[in-house]
Amino acid sequence: MKKICIIGNGVAGITAARHIRKQQSTADCQIVVISAETDYFYSRTALMYIYMGHMTYEHTKPYEDWFWQKNDIQLVRDYVTQVDTANKQLKLQQQEPISYDTLILATGSQGNRAGWPGEELQGVQGMVTLQDIELMEQNTQHIFGAVIVGGGLIGVEMAECLHSRHIPVTILIREDAYWQNTLPLEEAYMVSRHLQNYGINLKTQSGLKEIKGDAQGRVRSVITIHDEEIPCQFVGITIGVKPNIAFLENAEIATDKGIVVNEFLQTNIPDVYAVGDCAQHQTAPVGRKNIEQIWYSARMQGETVAQTICGKKTKYIPGVFFNSAKFIDIEYQVYGTVNAKPADDEEHFYWKHEAGEKAVRIVFERASGAVRGFNLMGIRYKHVVCDRWIKEKATIEHVMSHLKEANFDPEFFKQYEEEIIDTFNQTYPERKVALRKKKGLLASIFG
Amino acid sequence: MKYLSSIRLLGLALFMAGFGFFIAVFFLSSYRLTDDILKQELQKDDEQADPSQAPNAASQQTSDQPDDDRRMPKSTYQLMSEAASAMTGKVYTFNFSFIRDLNKVTDKANQEVQKIYGITPDELDNMVNTLAAKNDLTYSVASAATVFPDNEVGEFREKMLQDYTGWMEGQKFDSKEKLRSQLEGTIASINRNVTQQKGIGSYQQKGINTSIVKASTIGFVADHKLLVLLLSYGVTILGALLYLLPRTKEHPGIKNNHIFHSALKHRGWIGILLGSFLIVFYVFLYFYPYYMTNWILVVDPLSRMLNGGPAGEFFLYGFLYTLCILVMGIRMIINYRHSNYHIIRTLSVMFFQTSLAFLLPEILVRLNYPYYDFKNIWPLNYSFFFPSSLSQLIDNGGLGIFMLVWGIILIIIAVPVLVYFFGKRWYCSWVCGCGGLAETLGDPYRQLSDKSLRAWKVERYLVHGVLVFAVLMTAGMLYAFFSGSGSLLGIPVYAVSEAYGFFIGAGFAGVIGTGFYPLMGNRVWCRFGCPLAAYLGIVQRFKSRFRITTNGGQCISCGNCSTYCEMGIDVRWYAQRGQNIVRASCVGCGVCASVCPRGVLKLENAEEKDRFGEPILIGNNSVRVDV
Repeated sequence: MKKICIIGNGVAGITAARHIRKQQSTADCQIVVISAETDYFYSRTALMYIYMGHMTYEHTKPYEDWFWQKNDIQLVRDYVTQVDTANKQLKLQQQEPISYDTLILATGSQGNRAGWPGEELQGVQGMVTLQDIELMEQNTQHIFGAVIVGGGLIGVEMAECLHSRHIPVTILIREDAYWQNTLPLEEAYMVSRHLQNYGINLKTQSGLKEIKGDAQGRVRSVITIHDEEIPCQFVGITIGVKPNIAFLENAEIATDKGIVVNEFLQTNIPDVYAVGDCAQHQTAPVGRKNIEQIWYSARMQGETVAQTICGKKTKYIPGVFFNSAKFIDIEYQVYGTVNAKPADDEEHFYWKHEAGEKAVRIVFERASGAVRGFNLMGIRYKHVVCDRWIKEKATIEHVMSHLKEANFDPEFFKQYEEEIIDTFNQTYPERKVALRKKKGLLASIFG
Repeated sequence: MKYLSSIRLLGLALFMAGFGFFIAVFFLSSYRLTDDILKQELQKDDEQADPSQAPNAASQQTSDQPDDDRRMPKSTYQLMSEAASAMTGKVYTFNFSFIRDLNKVTDKANQEVQKIYGITPDELDNMVNTLAAKNDLTYSVASAATVFPDNEVGEFREKMLQDYTGWMEGQKFDSKEKLRSQLEGTIASINRNVTQQKGIGSYQQKGINTSIVKASTIGFVADHKLLVLLLSYGVTILGALLYLLPRTKEHPGIKNNHIFHSALKHRGWIGILLGSFLIVFYVFLYFYPYYMTNWILVVDPLSRMLNGGPAGEFFLYGFLYTLCILVMGIRMIINYRHSNYHIIRTLSVMFFQTSLAFLLPEILVRLNYPYYDFKNIWPLNYSFFFPSSLSQLIDNGGLGIFMLVWGIILIIIAVPVLVYFFGKRWYCSWVCGCGGLAETLGDPYRQLSDKSLRAWKVERYLVHGVLVFAVLMTAGMLYAFFSGSGSLLGIPVYAVSEAYGFFIGAGFAGVIGTGFYPLMGNRVWCRFGCPLAAYLGIVQRFKSRFRITTNGGQCISCGNCSTYCEMGIDVRWYAQRGQNIVRASCVGCGVCASVCPRGVLKLENAEEKDRFGEPILIGNNSVRVDV
């Protein structure tokens, strides 16, 4: 019987464990998942909701506790200090070493630090683990000011968290608008405005220089690169994440920024694989980064590695890119490739709702008209439809005239497709399209 | 923004003051019973009562035992009036002590009834001797009954003897002692039951007590009903609105902040307190309404305005129920004002409750038509096929027959057809009164439902069990209606329907269903108990166009959908594997789709084909994952 050890019980490791168990029975293989963070798998993306009181930790567990025993997936709570690939053994901080036949590294990532003076002060932290949320709970008691450095997805989540406790928040970002290196300018400004409407102070073209502490070693204020002092008792550092690989320092496993893997998610050592945030792809999959710290990518890598381990050697080939987020009240979905700045050979069609909190951006190749991507703010489109259009290189004319097919907004919501097409026809008179006839009232009621 | 939070604070203070005053009203009166009150409240009962139970003047005059005046039948009023002599005129400052004494009066009156109608020890002796002498110890009701006087009470005793000892007919006893001990036990049972038939039975006592306590109320509440109405309800509603309306100034969107930090919404001390209050309220309402007569008194003017008569406890309940749906409906609309789906369905339950459930039945009563709620469907409306209800409708001519036919059409046509097109949501979260209360008053507690697999198993046994119970109970009632017999295969059908009313109608739907809102979530009844929900659910599960679809691979397993599912469906379990959600229990409230931070869920009516669908998570070209 084969023994498969998985380090890390996040979505990558757990998905791998579940998919292996689906294909191989208890008699065929033993599955052990080791985590230092929690006893059970929980949804990391829901951390903010625990802090805001939308849910408790219990609610964030996607499977009930009996699930693991029933599927014979053994859970070990400990920290792996050393991976001995020669003897196929894992040294643990507290318990006896564990041997393995196959090892999957799914250790995730940790918050980046830039080496600013004062980073070690009490009240300075990131928001990646359950322990971070517990710490944040303590660090934000009875405080009256917070500064967040960096404006990525975690930064805005942290801002929303603090705002829910009525703590004044300042976000320091380098660019002119929020997440401008990823979002096109209009969307970046839309989110910036939305944050500011909530009373969140967005300081653009700014950055951190130093964190000042008081006599007790607690944060007192931050100094920006413009030598401005902002009093605060909490500093959130959200300038991206990096793979958790410190424990591999003395191992034979090849690492760079992350654990280096080939297209089969294999490391340089036989029977050792890496998936999720901690994996660095030797060759980045088409249209992707070589380290992709996204929930969905981690899940897909978990699915893929399970195939290889169960004997069906499978390359990791992610499909059309997709991602999603929510900026306080504005939902965001992206399908395909949407560059922050249009590439030379492409057109960005952009429609914005007059109230300024809904927008649709459709990217297409100028010459062929083939669509490349969708950016959606405050409007929901169907993943399966957008994915198909992008995969099949459907033309922008086809997409525009069939746009209603993609709408995924709830029943009775106002639909904007006609307005969007009018805008399109005004922007691109030469590509004139008509919306396919709307279903009658009865047809739409009775489906 | 500062002034808005001041307004909200003021609203909260007014709400607490108004609600506090409402509670205080419960205790706020004095009570004085007079003979006039007894006459007024009981003589109308006597007049309405079955003629056989009314005092029979003729039999009194022709009685052959004029010397034994204690054996004369008496009217309820006479009985109570005699028993209450020590109590009348006395002022009580506390309803509990007044009711304690009133119950003693009733007991005394019932003892008197036993004396009048009960079988005496002398009669027992005579009976045994007669049977021994004339029948050779073989039992015969006719022979035994010869010992009774030849008058109304004698006839009554004979009838009771027939009912209780008919099965002994022809049985031969070995000795006088054995016959005697057998009869002794039975006669004791008869004498106990005499009060249920001729005195003030426990069911009757509830109504008599309520009307007597209400009429005996003196003091501020009785003298200033409208003022009290204004100070309790008016101030509470004003406070609630001041608390709720400023929220419209905030940015629309899901705001579930601090729900799990709240002492009210996460089984904290306020939640436990409120749950206890609701449970006590329901226990009073269903079993001891005469303690809440002050509250009933306050809505008397409203009742007279609507139906022309005085308010009973269920008028009060209907009024409170509607008020809760309206005020908390406004809260619901404000909270979900970014979603037309929630706005429209909340307006819908507010409309149906106010018009069809509350106002129209009262107006029907005023016009001398049967009380009828046009949207209440059997088996939720479990008394629809009771012989008394059927007779009432049939005897009422054209409109009554229409109501009967309408009720049956709802059951056999509207439920399957509408569930086929829209899912059970057309009823459960758009029309139903229980659903209406759950979606408005109960909305703050939706996250308390149990999502475990175990709870789902319990749910399926329980809800379908209640459906079977309701069907069997109704079959018994229909048998009773058509055959006129109260016994089917040896089962006393009226006792079964009474048990259903007690355990399911009052206990489950009321006390547990609503009382447990702050403890087990707002759909305890709908999920575990409602037989109509079970019926709608079976149709929804097997033959419907309704489903909740998931958006490709966008789920992040965060758990908001499952957490806020009031029916305890683990929505995430389906969403994270990209599978449509088709569940018998889903009431289509749409909150899962609203709280999802990634817009993954959508309620849809569409072609039946592919409704269950293959679980599919798109986005990964490496594998065709069939999870």
